[in-house]
Amino acid sequence: MLKLGVPSKGRLMDKTFQWFGQRGVTLRKSGSDREYAGAVDGIDGVELVLLSAGEIPRELAAGNIHLGVTGSDLVREKLANWDSRVTELAPMGFGGADLIIAVPQLWVDVDTLDDLDAAAAAFREQHGFRLRIATKYHRLVREFLRDHGVADYQLVDSQGATEGTVKNETAEAIADITSTGETLRANGLKILDDGLIHASQATLFRGRRAGWTDEQRQKLKALQLVLGI
Amino acid sequence: MPSGNPETLTEARRLRDHFAANGAQVVKADVLQSADTLLDLYGEDIRARAYLTADPLRGEMVLRPDFTVPVVQMHMESHADPARYTYSGKVFRKQESDEARANEYVQVGYEVFDGQNPAGADAEVFAVIADALAGLPVRAATGDIGVLMAAVRGLQTTDARKAALLRHIWRPGRFKALLKRYGGGTMPASRAALLAADDPFAAAGPDIGLRSREEVTTRIAALRADAAAAPIAGEEIALIDAILSLRETCPNVLSALRDIAVDMPAVRDAVGRMSARLDAMAARGIDVARLEFEGSYGRTSLEYYDGFVFGFYAIDRPDLPPVATGGRYDALTARLGQGRAVPAVGGVIRPDLVVGLSC
Repeated sequence: MLKLGVPSKGRLMDKTFQWFGQRGVTLRKSGSDREYAGAVDGIDGVELVLLSAGEIPRELAAGNIHLGVTGSDLVREKLANWDSRVTELAPMGFGGADLIIAVPQLWVDVDTLDDLDAAAAAFREQHGFRLRIATKYHRLVREFLRDHGVADYQLVDSQGATEGTVKNETAEAIADITSTGETLRANGLKILDDGLIHASQATLFRGRRAGWTDEQRQKLKALQLVLGI
Repeated sequence: MPSGNPETLTEARRLRDHFAANGAQVVKADVLQSADTLLDLYGEDIRARAYLTADPLRGEMVLRPDFTVPVVQMHMESHADPARYTYSGKVFRKQESDEARANEYVQVGYEVFDGQNPAGADAEVFAVIADALAGLPVRAATGDIGVLMAAVRGLQTTDARKAALLRHIWRPGRFKALLKRYGGGTMPASRAALLAADDPFAAAGPDIGLRSREEVTTRIAALRADAAAAPIAGEEIALIDAILSLRETCPNVLSALRDIAVDMPAVRDAVGRMSARLDAMAARGIDVARLEFEGSYGRTSLEYYDGFVFGFYAIDRPDLPPVATGGRYDALTARLGQGRAVPAVGGVIRPDLVVGLSC
């Protein structure tokens, strides 16, 4: 049996069902609407597991599910060495959003990471603490800023309403997901020219944990054939 | 090999006794340290490399990633000079990319605080550690971040540019990019547009956040000054590149650096210190004629080394982390001592790796 993990609610679930449906595999919730049990038609030996999108990376890496649909940003954020633990089978073309760094529009002197680094140095000198960047994507942001040689910043955790943290003076800049940039502009923020950390979209992943049976391998091949990926 | 196995602990004891026999006082440090100091020193990078945890009363705490910071703090309260310390205990490091590397292991260290004779102290730490590793299949690598820093300070350019370069000594990518731009590279389009604008704040949004309009104005003025400054001469950049690409035995490097000092007198003192150090090492029986030196050695470590740096590596085992590392960290003592600096140099050995190489 091959376990396929899919987001358990909302637009991401609907779009995932649609994507599989268009390729001849019907995924549906079984039982009542509130129950997180699922069924698969159109191919044998595949079991649907409904999970929170945020838990799918961990369950894939642990081998509790064999395949999973989730945002490519979540896989990179939640799994160290993500590409040694899961493989991308197919980008799915929806759920697109960019993880970006944004600063106040007032900062007319800051358009690049180079500017951000210089502003952070001056800020620390002036205020006595490191420039704060609010985010929930700690790993991705830290690795990105390290790779680009930005110093004198600190990350502060923000699990929601991140665009408001600058106005509320709990952060000086933010790193967050955006699809249109509208909320950023409404909150007096702008995206750095080279501040794109990751362009995310919903993606079908397979776990790379060892211990797949031959039957499971064949089942995956059959599924890939049906899906045309 | 588990970090707490009996052979490792026996070896750790031997090493600590060896350091104590060289005059070091045995000291201890708490496993849980306040995270504030480390966060202030190293910033976000420390979160990727150390285990942070929350204490309801004491705030953010860290499982000690090394002993250097607590030992320096302890020393700054004692005011003894000179002083030598040794310690043995576990340190904890997150391994974000290499699962094969240990995330807790024993370190045995030797730290010397001696303001009278820095060259002698450098040589002493290196020799005492080399002696502890005698007979093992290891090779030594050395470098001197002080030479690079002296070269940067001696550049014929603005203080702001020198400060920016010095700030990024430990981030080679950013350092190179800055040097290229200061050397006449093109300015980003967004900056050129900003400096050409009649009203730089024309497109500014509302005044939000802690970084004020005055701070933005101050930086624009700094950008204007930088744009007006002459580029750093190609000859000077070539000398920095020459220092960074040095990779030879110590005597050959010393003679190359003396040549560089003719064109760049600012490095003369640092080269003199290196020469004194090599003499002191030779006097302690180190074969300096065969000792390797790399101009950019020690620039990618988390540590605060700003002078002599060294490491001992297992020959034929490039997969292993260094068996021993160390260096001079005067700037760290200045930061922790709130202005009061004590010249300091030290190194650590990993007894688990020593045991692995002995059998």
